[in-house]
Amino acid sequence: MSITHLKNALRRVRCWLPTRVHSTALRGMLLATALAGSVVQAAPKFEDTIAQRLQGCTACHGAQGRATPNGYQPRLAGKPAGYLFHQLLNFREARRNYGPMTSLVDPLGDAYLREIGEYFASLDIAYPPPQAATATPATLQRGEQLVRHGDAARGTPACQQCHGEAMMGVAPDIPGLLGLPRDYINAQLGAWRSGKRQAQAPDCMAQVARSLSLDDIDALSQWLASQAVAAPAKPLPEWPATRKMPLPCGGVSVEAAPVAGSQIGSPR
Amino acid sequence: MSARLKALAVALVALGALAVVVVMLNVRGEGDLGDEIAATAAPPVGWRATDEVIARGAYLARAGNCQACHSARGGAPYAGGRAIETPFGTVFSSNLTPDAEHGLGRWSAPQFWRALHHGRSADGRLLTPAFPYDNTTLVSRADSDALYAYLRSLAPEAQAARPHELRFPFNTQVALAVWRALYFEPREFQADASQSADWNRGAYLVQGLGHCNACHAARNALGATHGPLDLGGGLIPMHNWYAPSLANSREAGVADWDRAEIVALLKTGVVNRASGLVTASGPMGEVVLRSTQYLSEADLGAMATYLQTLGARFDESQAAAASAPNAKRPKPNPRGEKLYADRCAACHGDHGEGVPGAYAPLAGNRAVTMRRPANLVRIVLEGGFAPDTPGHPRPFGMPPFGQTLDNEDIAALLTHLRTSWGNQGTEISALQVNRYRGTR
Repeated sequence: MSITHLKNALRRVRCWLPTRVHSTALRGMLLATALAGSVVQAAPKFEDTIAQRLQGCTACHGAQGRATPNGYQPRLAGKPAGYLFHQLLNFREARRNYGPMTSLVDPLGDAYLREIGEYFASLDIAYPPPQAATATPATLQRGEQLVRHGDAARGTPACQQCHGEAMMGVAPDIPGLLGLPRDYINAQLGAWRSGKRQAQAPDCMAQVARSLSLDDIDALSQWLASQAVAAPAKPLPEWPATRKMPLPCGGVSVEAAPVAGSQIGSPR
Repeated sequence: MSARLKALAVALVALGALAVVVVMLNVRGEGDLGDEIAATAAPPVGWRATDEVIARGAYLARAGNCQACHSARGGAPYAGGRAIETPFGTVFSSNLTPDAEHGLGRWSAPQFWRALHHGRSADGRLLTPAFPYDNTTLVSRADSDALYAYLRSLAPEAQAARPHELRFPFNTQVALAVWRALYFEPREFQADASQSADWNRGAYLVQGLGHCNACHAARNALGATHGPLDLGGGLIPMHNWYAPSLANSREAGVADWDRAEIVALLKTGVVNRASGLVTASGPMGEVVLRSTQYLSEADLGAMATYLQTLGARFDESQAAAASAPNAKRPKPNPRGEKLYADRCAACHGDHGEGVPGAYAPLAGNRAVTMRRPANLVRIVLEGGFAPDTPGHPRPFGMPPFGQTLDNEDIAALLTHLRTSWGNQGTEISALQVNRYRGTR
């Protein structure tokens, strides 16, 4: 109820009140009652929750961090906690460059950034359908090939080697690759290739991205963004003890054993 | 001698005299400092002062927020390299770690003192006033030596200083000499005997290391302020945040605050006043985050004592005239009203009342109605968190609306805030909103 409505209502009330009681006090009382009533009706009770504290995040990343592939902003819900924490650090320390994110996280300490990562990681929210691919079958095939098998000639490891067979990542530090906007995947791989996006050293993804051509990046983003997310749509709970990573990665505490003879290619 | 030659000779002599005056003004007050510098060798690499002196220097470096400019984002602390945009070009901060090649490794204590007190480098060159030596000139020699001892105790970082990218003529020593002749004079801090020791300590910190007027004062066309006493508010060049007046009660004057409230704001970044939550936002949030939260209660209290007296020198009647209440009844603004209901009311309340401890009230909030709307526009465009401090951890965040609302929307919304619930601010235009988009 707006103030104007209230005033009109009061005016109507006054019309049938005896003149003597047209006191300011009574008007004040009526106004106060009406205001109190409207507050109770309109605004839900304030609750001090982590979700309430993080409305600065969900304004762009969607309620509960559920951003869909229709926008540019990546989804946060259900991504591994360590990965999210590291990205917040990367924005704060200029390894990732996006002004709005940097200015938001700049005043926040490590403990809070870790808590923010854990909060979004804990959310279990259904994935929307994927984006329809717009590329040729040949491009999609190349994308799938890179995801499943990599490119031995260029020393490009398969995405699945680290990001898991289901491509949903491995807790706590390796992110999933599905459920993201195509433009976002494209831009991130491009930024890694050109050095605009970095991760903690050794920056394995920079090495991988530099081994890709721009066409490869296009193929990867087309294929990944068009894949439906199958249940249970969660990162693997832990890295399989019997496997090693093809490259050492900063911020990921898994032992790496580069495949003998494989050499990451030079920029293409 | 022909008349023309005579005139030329006179002009040359006048020019020469002027040059001499400028040079003299640039080295005035240095006394036998040159002799002391010549006689003092820089201590060898690895030299350490006593732990006590180093700790005091570390504290003073916090008070001066030296690290904020002398570190690049993500880079080693004090290794310099941060770009500082100015209206005259870009200045890159210097490396203050004790690296012999690129830092302070070959500097002696009196050379460091000359930089702070006289604005001259180890080799005697004039420093650009982006380094606020108009403030650091007030730092005592003992404090300068402690700062030096602290910086010499850091791990050396072999990071070369990046040359400034200033436009001609601002990139010349001659221009700096003229600027200094006009606007800089080395000074000692003069205690005011009519004031308490507490007040004087506060004045020393606010005017000196705190360099509060670097932001909270207007600058002239050549980037000069009226000196450390002026805290009358100013738009921070290039950043386009408005550092409000610390004297004017309509801006950020604190004459009528409790001393403890001022201390809490500087210590934690927020304070819950009877009138609602007050947050240090934008560049002031950064100052709390990197500097004032580390200061002792005693020093913050001293600063508060000093800041509370600034109002006494301020002519409220002029300010009242300048921000005469908006006598006009606000025009109907259904667009702003609806945007407020949809985007803001859930946190800030249907009537701009806010939530104690979480969200600032917008009704009766001077940060909302302030004549210069820069900060209000920036906060709505960019959102942000209060500084995350031990006294106020896990801050609430304000969402950025710059990506989802256009200039017309934000103008309507802000006009609604500034003219509702008894607020008597002026309207905001889409053009004003646009002015603050995309600045940092």
